[in-house]
Amino acid sequence: MDPVMLSRIQFGLAAGFHFIFPPLTFGLTLIILIFETRYLIGDNDLYKKISTFLIKILGLIFAMGVATGIVLEFSFGTNWSNYSRIVGDIFGSPLAAEGIFSFFMESVFLGVLIFGRKAVSKRVYWTAALLVFFASHLSGLWIIIANSWMQTPAGFKIEGGRAVLTDFFAAMFNDSTLIRFLHTAIAGWITGSLFTAGIASWLILKKRDMDTAKPLLSVSLWIFIATAILQFGAGHIHSVQVAKTQPPKMASFEALWESQAGAPMSIIGIPDPDAKKTHYELSIPKLLSILIHFDSNAKVQGLNEFGEDELPPIVITYLSYHGMILIGSLFALMAFMGLVLMSIKKLHESRWYLTILLAAIPLPFVSNTLGWMSAEIGRQPWAVYRVLRTAEAASVVVPAGQILFSIIMFSTIYILIFAVFLMLLFKIVQKGPDQITIGYVGE
Amino acid sequence: MDTLQLLQTIWFFLIGILFTGYSVLDGFDLGIGTLLPFMAKDKKETATLLTSIGPVWDGNEVWIITAGGALFAAFPHVYATVFSGFYLALMLVLFGLIFRAVSLEFWSMDEARRGLWEWSFSLGSFLPALLFGVALGNVIAGVPLNDKMEFTGDFFTLLRPFPLMLGLLGLSAILLQGCTYAILKTDGLLQNKFRRVSKWVWAAFACFGVLSLMLSAVYLPDSMKNPLAWICTAALVVFLVLNRIWLNKKNDAVPFIMSTLSFASLWGIAGSLQFPNLVRALQGSDLHLTIYNSSSTELTLTVMLIIALTGMPLVIGFTIYVYRIFKGKVKL
Ligand code: HDD
Ligand code: HEM
Ligand code: HEM
Repeated sequence: MDPVMLSRIQFGLAAGFHFIFPPLTFGLTLIILIFETRYLIGDNDLYKKISTFLIKILGLIFAMGVATGIVLEFSFGTNWSNYSRIVGDIFGSPLAAEGIFSFFMESVFLGVLIFGRKAVSKRVYWTAALLVFFASHLSGLWIIIANSWMQTPAGFKIEGGRAVLTDFFAAMFNDSTLIRFLHTAIAGWITGSLFTAGIASWLILKKRDMDTAKPLLSVSLWIFIATAILQFGAGHIHSVQVAKTQPPKMASFEALWESQAGAPMSIIGIPDPDAKKTHYELSIPKLLSILIHFDSNAKVQGLNEFGEDELPPIVITYLSYHGMILIGSLFALMAFMGLVLMSIKKLHESRWYLTILLAAIPLPFVSNTLGWMSAEIGRQPWAVYRVLRTAEAASVVVPAGQILFSIIMFSTIYILIFAVFLMLLFKIVQKGPDQITIGYVGE
Repeated sequence: MDTLQLLQTIWFFLIGILFTGYSVLDGFDLGIGTLLPFMAKDKKETATLLTSIGPVWDGNEVWIITAGGALFAAFPHVYATVFSGFYLALMLVLFGLIFRAVSLEFWSMDEARRGLWEWSFSLGSFLPALLFGVALGNVIAGVPLNDKMEFTGDFFTLLRPFPLMLGLLGLSAILLQGCTYAILKTDGLLQNKFRRVSKWVWAAFACFGVLSLMLSAVYLPDSMKNPLAWICTAALVVFLVLNRIWLNKKNDAVPFIMSTLSFASLWGIAGSLQFPNLVRALQGSDLHLTIYNSSSTELTLTVMLIIALTGMPLVIGFTIYVYRIFKGKVKL
């Protein structure tokens, strides 16, 4: 097989697998910080118990995040060496900065959280929780900066066949950095809060550890409700940014075959690139024009305006984008139901709703992956939008057979360690907040 | 020297410092990791050793992540050439690092399979501990490159005697770091075991050092005329001898310090031999990747220097802080 295609498969797998864990880290560190704050102020051991339970889970997730993150860090050199040569002048700095500014802080203070409850004062322990929260989000910001530069490159010029930095801040804070970070951070809070809400629901359904499960559910559910609603706003702003900065991508998201004034927004359907139409389409007239331009008659560029060599694969781009939005809408619905149940004080009795919370735990992971697929596949055929084609970014000296070998190796290891991860996660949850202890010989 | 050259030189040193920091810090947990199943005879000993590195190993590993990122940012061609050229070897390193990262947590929670996770931690530590030296040996000995800076050899090019010897030298230095750190953090029977083993490791280090020197005389005749490399070699000898003396005196802390200084001297030798080259080409010096032809632009190097100068004090501060919190013998 073509080495470029193989490298794409490998990077997609590695990044997709890595991105199971960072969003959980985002959400969990937030919730841990909230409970540590309540413990610091209220001095109630209940909150300490909840937080300790979550830190135990965080330790496991963090290890998985580290194991999978290192692979990505090396990938640019191993599989995308031309990419590294051509844009290294710009792209390397955020990766280095992420290491210096965030990973050190994150790992040092996570060490304090896991091993230091007895070794440091309450105030220092709380500070460690704050810094772990801060550093993990900061690391997300740096990597999003790097990724956003690939989507909407800025602050550079082309000189002697490579991209050369001209303005650091313009490159870092390009057109899509801030909104992509916001959208991704919110996605992480949704992921983490639904995760803990689901676990708390399970405990309540089993009538176990009620004293800890109830506060955990309440905090998690409030965060989930807020972020699920906020994500609509953030997602909308993100879409507008895409429409302005990457029009072929937006046309592919919506499978908008022809440019038109008063463009409709597609809700569902099956795009057919050969027939250049979308089958079984359900759409809302004029909505796309309104959302993008705030004007029901504004013109939106369709796929017909771009050459074949400028367009991503339409079907998968369309489906992943709409899948993400579908799941987002489901979250908003769940958030609304949660609000109603809380306001009539029926939350803990509504076993059906607690079951939904539990069953929905995997959904944010699906929408995270779909979101990245729309962003990354929708950027094709470019590695750096309108600067460097993916086909020209790959390593030239690595034979296809070696890449295939590494794909098989990584897939095998990932499946193996993921199975163990799930097993241990279930084990921690099974024990529950009442019995959990941390450190290596806590049992 | 103009500004660009000055920056390129500074970055040569900074990257050297990052790799040295990685070697001496992650060195001890790689070393303890490699030796774990051989040294720890029961659950308590394993737990003691794992707890001695538990709070710090990931921070130590971040040094290599940062070194990789800094190499990418400062010398993108070197990052590209080496990482794609040494593809299979790096995949083995990654294989090791993945297992290392999960094994500690898995060990602590998965009582049924503790033996498995001890061995996977050991293998996951051993592979990088060996292969980093092999990679460095290749970069110093030179690899076949073409005029587009691309590596033209194959996997077996990497397995020549000189690089393999440097692999063993690096491995023994890492094991010595591990042993001496374990002496620092443990007591009683476990500590005595490490005292005994460290003398063997010390002997291996010394042997591989002498053999490496002899191979350098054969493969890198020019290196024999490098005064700075000789100074660092002398320093290495002094620190190794001091290490042995204090090991014999059954001191807890000094052997670790001397082992650390020995490791840093090794990097001093490597740096003196390389400057200003980063990757040598077998075909001749006009194809070498140097700090001048493979670096980023002046602006990027400047921005990165600012990042490094603000970031490094923080890193050093955090590192000292966390070691102080967990100082002293491991208490379970
Ligand atoms: C939006 C968030 C986000 C995204 C898009 C990525 N990461 Fe990540 N990464 C994190 C957020 C994060 C984190 C939350 O900070 C992690 C996850 C678990 C952890 O411990 O830190 C982390 C861990 C982590 C580690 C281990 C750090 C350590 O040892 O402490 C490395 C080397 C990377 N990442 C590198 C990457 C690369 C090269 C990426 C892109 C191609 C990438 N990450 C995407
Ligand atoms: C509710 C409506 C939503 C809208 C309108 C929306 C919009 C978008 C858009 C336009 C992109 C692509 C950006 C690009 O290609 O550059 C994107 C990406 C993404 N989405 Fe969504 N999104 C929504 C909901 C969600 C939800 C619920 C999640 C997860 C919980 C999520 C997670 C992501 C992720 C992880 C990415 C990739 C990173 C990025 O480019 O920001 N999205 N979203
Ligand atoms: C962590 C979440 C991410 C996921 C799930 C993800 C997903 C993907 C997928 C599915 C592809 C394959 C696209 C294709 O070949 O059709 C891809 C390609 C790629 N992505 Fe991402 N991505 C993520 C983050 C990032 C980030 C943060 C960066 C930059 C730092 C990045 C850089 C790349 C590169 C270099 C490629 C290969 C070249 C290309 O196909 O353009 N990705 N990613």
